[in-house]
Amino acid sequence: MQTESIKTEQLTRAYKGKKKADPSVIALDQVDLSVYEGELFGLLGPNGAGKTTLIKILTTLLLPTSGKALVAGFDVDKEAQKIKPLINMVSGGEESGYGILTVVETIWMFSQFYGIPNKVAKERIDKLLEVVGLKDNAKTKVYKLSTGMRQKMNFARGFVSDPKIIFLDEPMLGLDVEAARTCRKFIKNWLNENPTRTVLLTTHYLVEADELCDRIAIINHGKIVACDTPDNLKLLVQREPIFQLETTMMQNEIDEFKQMAGVIDLTYSHNIDKSTTSFRMRLSKEEVIAKIIGTLTKHNLKIISLEKREPSLEDVFIKLVGKKIEEEDA
Amino acid sequence: MRDSIILNLRAVWARAYVRIVGANREPSWIIAETLLPLFSLSAYVFLYKAIDAPAQFIGFVILGGTMTAYWIAILWGMAAQFYWEKTSGQFALYLIAPMSRMAILMGMAVGGFFMTTIRAVATLIIGCLIFRVEFQVVSWVYLILIFLLSMVALYGMGMMFASLFLLWGREVQHLTNLLQEPIYLFSGFYFPVKCLGTWVSSFASLIPLTLGLDGMRQCLFGQAKAMGFMSFKLEVLILLGMDIVFLYLAGKMHRIMEYKGKKEGTLTTRWQ
Repeated sequence: MQTESIKTEQLTRAYKGKKKADPSVIALDQVDLSVYEGELFGLLGPNGAGKTTLIKILTTLLLPTSGKALVAGFDVDKEAQKIKPLINMVSGGEESGYGILTVVETIWMFSQFYGIPNKVAKERIDKLLEVVGLKDNAKTKVYKLSTGMRQKMNFARGFVSDPKIIFLDEPMLGLDVEAARTCRKFIKNWLNENPTRTVLLTTHYLVEADELCDRIAIINHGKIVACDTPDNLKLLVQREPIFQLETTMMQNEIDEFKQMAGVIDLTYSHNIDKSTTSFRMRLSKEEVIAKIIGTLTKHNLKIISLEKREPSLEDVFIKLVGKKIEEEDA
Repeated sequence: MRDSIILNLRAVWARAYVRIVGANREPSWIIAETLLPLFSLSAYVFLYKAIDAPAQFIGFVILGGTMTAYWIAILWGMAAQFYWEKTSGQFALYLIAPMSRMAILMGMAVGGFFMTTIRAVATLIIGCLIFRVEFQVVSWVYLILIFLLSMVALYGMGMMFASLFLLWGREVQHLTNLLQEPIYLFSGFYFPVKCLGTWVSSFASLIPLTLGLDGMRQCLFGQAKAMGFMSFKLEVLILLGMDIVFLYLAGKMHRIMEYKGKKEGTLTTRWQ
């Protein structure tokens, strides 16, 4: 039987309005979630969906309005002090540390907040700096680091306490492709080293979530709308064919396609430089594509490429949330 | 219990280290922090000389100028510190770590005390040499005792402010400014506080530096005893009481602030 690392029951968090008369804003709405030991669990959602609120509650930074949240079997409200030694967190774009300290000193300082003996801390810091590619900058002062280097340092800081459960909130933000790949590999290895460890990851990079996560929960407007393995989530859109289409630049014709019978959802982007428009559309059946091609011809639009795609997490996300992950609310 | 003590001692040292290292790595601050205060201090010295005030008044000013460093350090380096750390996102990392936040405040106090003492000692030495201050030490033991007790009470007060300032959020800079200047008057930084009258002096004694300065002046300048607000032995007792009360309140306030912040969701909201 699997042991639950994180468990929430009917977890709700409301924020008061700015003025007394303003209604409360529900950031989390009766969330039920179980994350198991050894799991790399992804949390996906658009901005303002409730991801950070959930992480804040699980890391004991925020109290739930109602419901329950357990981390490593301890209640976040009543047993926060028992949770703290077991967890750590890395957030994208965080500005932890002090400019006057070097990279090593900064990570050492945080290791001391977890009571790690100096010798152990030093060994871990050396190893972590090697992994994130900061070994040559170990003695560089923090204020001299670039954004990417700083994020690498944050990454090392999060793991220096060797937590049982780590919360990674957009941890790859600001990292270059190579560094992000290295960090992803490190996360996987770190988890494999000890089956009692757990990672909860939020990310905007769906490919990353697909590659890394054992299970993924999609959250929207404070509610979990789906929770399963990436492959099972993709089954949600498997029956509906997805086409990727590139045409010469469209003007006002897009609405016509959106409203066309058989088009379930459609996202598009214009490429001004190339004067083209790219679509991704999910159709109720394959035959609808013939109708679309006919309409394109009627409008004298040239097809540059047409491809039938395998469903991706992005397709699942659009189906469940109604927009791309990076799109803001209109 | 033992593990908890070790954890918190490590946290105290780690946080103090930032300030101690900072003092060594940017030595340019020593010039700014020691020479500049001498200008404002000199103005008072020349004023007393111009009106032919008793010689010990010059010593009063130098001592007051020396202790100014601690008051500024408390306001900007202790009281406002958690707020600055909240805006940078660092405070959230303190909160999720297992050590006590009081250990962090203690670390700030230890590191800040070290850094401020360099400035204070430099001001004291240079001031004494330039203006040829003559001391008539009544009691070294009481002098050191009063200084240390004042510091504990003062930093305890800084810890209390750290929690309050965190809740007041963006107003913190105005509050810090508001507290900075009036205290120079009410605590008698450049004159014996007794001049303000019993009621004002009693009220001003809520600031540990008021009694600390008054007591240290009495211990350092024999003739100053007559100008003392109260007996320095009594001041030792009051300061001791302040130490206990302020440290207790600091811990209590911090727990209340943390609970309230977690409940309302304001604890980690940047720029709030």
